[in-house]
Amino acid sequence: MAETATVKEAGKTKEPLFGKKEKALITDPLNDNNPITVQVLGVCSALAVTSLVYPSIVMAIAVIFVTSFSSLFTSMLRNYIPKQVRMIVQLVIIASLVTLVELTLKYLNYPIYKQLSVYIGLIITNCIVMGRLEAFSMANKPWRSFLDGIGNGLGYGAILIIVGLLREIFGKGSLFAGSGIAMNIIGPSPDYWINTNESFLFGWYTNNNLMVMSAAAMFIIGVLIWIQRSWNKKLVDVS
Amino acid sequence: MEFINIFIKSAFIENMVLAYFLGMCSYLAVSKSLKTAFGLGLAVIFVLGFTMPINWLIHEFLLSENGLFGMDLTFLKFILFIAVIASMVQLVEMVVEKFSPALYAALGIFLPLITVNCAILGGSLFMITREYNFSETIAFGLGGGFGWFLAIVAIAAIREKIQYSNVPPALRGLGMAFILTGLMGLAFMSLMGIDPALLAGGQ
Repeated sequence: MAETATVKEAGKTKEPLFGKKEKALITDPLNDNNPITVQVLGVCSALAVTSLVYPSIVMAIAVIFVTSFSSLFTSMLRNYIPKQVRMIVQLVIIASLVTLVELTLKYLNYPIYKQLSVYIGLIITNCIVMGRLEAFSMANKPWRSFLDGIGNGLGYGAILIIVGLLREIFGKGSLFAGSGIAMNIIGPSPDYWINTNESFLFGWYTNNNLMVMSAAAMFIIGVLIWIQRSWNKKLVDVS
Repeated sequence: MEFINIFIKSAFIENMVLAYFLGMCSYLAVSKSLKTAFGLGLAVIFVLGFTMPINWLIHEFLLSENGLFGMDLTFLKFILFIAVIASMVQLVEMVVEKFSPALYAALGIFLPLITVNCAILGGSLFMITREYNFSETIAFGLGGGFGWFLAIVAIAAIREKIQYSNVPPALRGLGMAFILTGLMGLAFMSLMGIDPALLAGGQ
């Protein structure tokens, strides 16, 4: 694994603040080591929010915040956490950060907070956060762990936003519905919940209700994995 | 009757895995063999059935405004719920080890992993947003757990069989599991038209 290699080399010489390895920490999770399509972490909590793009983006930002800062704090405390209770300590760190995110979101944007409902709280049990803490932060320095957290959050967010884009464009015909820049792409109405039959400039598209259902998210991710593995042969499941 | 309604609704119509994507991590990771999937499913029913009433009591009598402290402490719910779940899982683990070593050996590592199963915390959070009362909470816990059990046993059975099929290499394993879950979700969606209240003869 690349991670164990970086662990060995860390601390030998003075590392640059943002060198090649640090860059790899951010770019790796975007493709070769994507948390969703390769590590199979964090599929749990967030797919239900991907029927629209805007909540997906909010969710991605929330997860990036939680992964990066929980990695940072766990890494700072890693020498003081006893092995037996590390799960509880990690969960408390994550839960406090998620509470912070929840309250902030509730203050900033209540409709989105309502729409995401329990899924914000479920970032706690999002396996990406816990998995990265266990696999990386407990053995690495704070700065690297922070970057690793950001990278994994980004890899997760990328998948979330791709799925959100596909589902919203083909399911509702709109883009960014619910935000200030809601626009009509191909659907019948710019405002997706007032589903009138009035035709606008691009009103030729009939909404595909399958894309709004949860099953569509599964199909899209399945196909994304298919595409990614056809490109990137080394990821193919041998078993 | 309300009890049965909510049980059926949470087990079949609003299945935790297929409709809300809860507990997908262990669902995908443990569904390679039917036997372990069965054991994990049972453990999830057990833990969900116990933690949700406890969390309900905590939320009602400690955190809510007319609780013990007389102020709104609900912002503490994440930390308290996850602590209850972690300790309950620990407790269940000890009890199972004491009374049924065979089941304990069969479940192995998967028992402690239930702590980070989103379905457990998700159940507790859904119970609050939907404002269930105590008996409804119990029904939701058992029903949700049963639905989760059903989903993981079904996918494990399908995945065992599909090993003999000629799937494109890039789709093998994970990709296929996602598509199968999607198909199962569609199948369960056909139950959506059923209204348990009408079946039970109520209004």
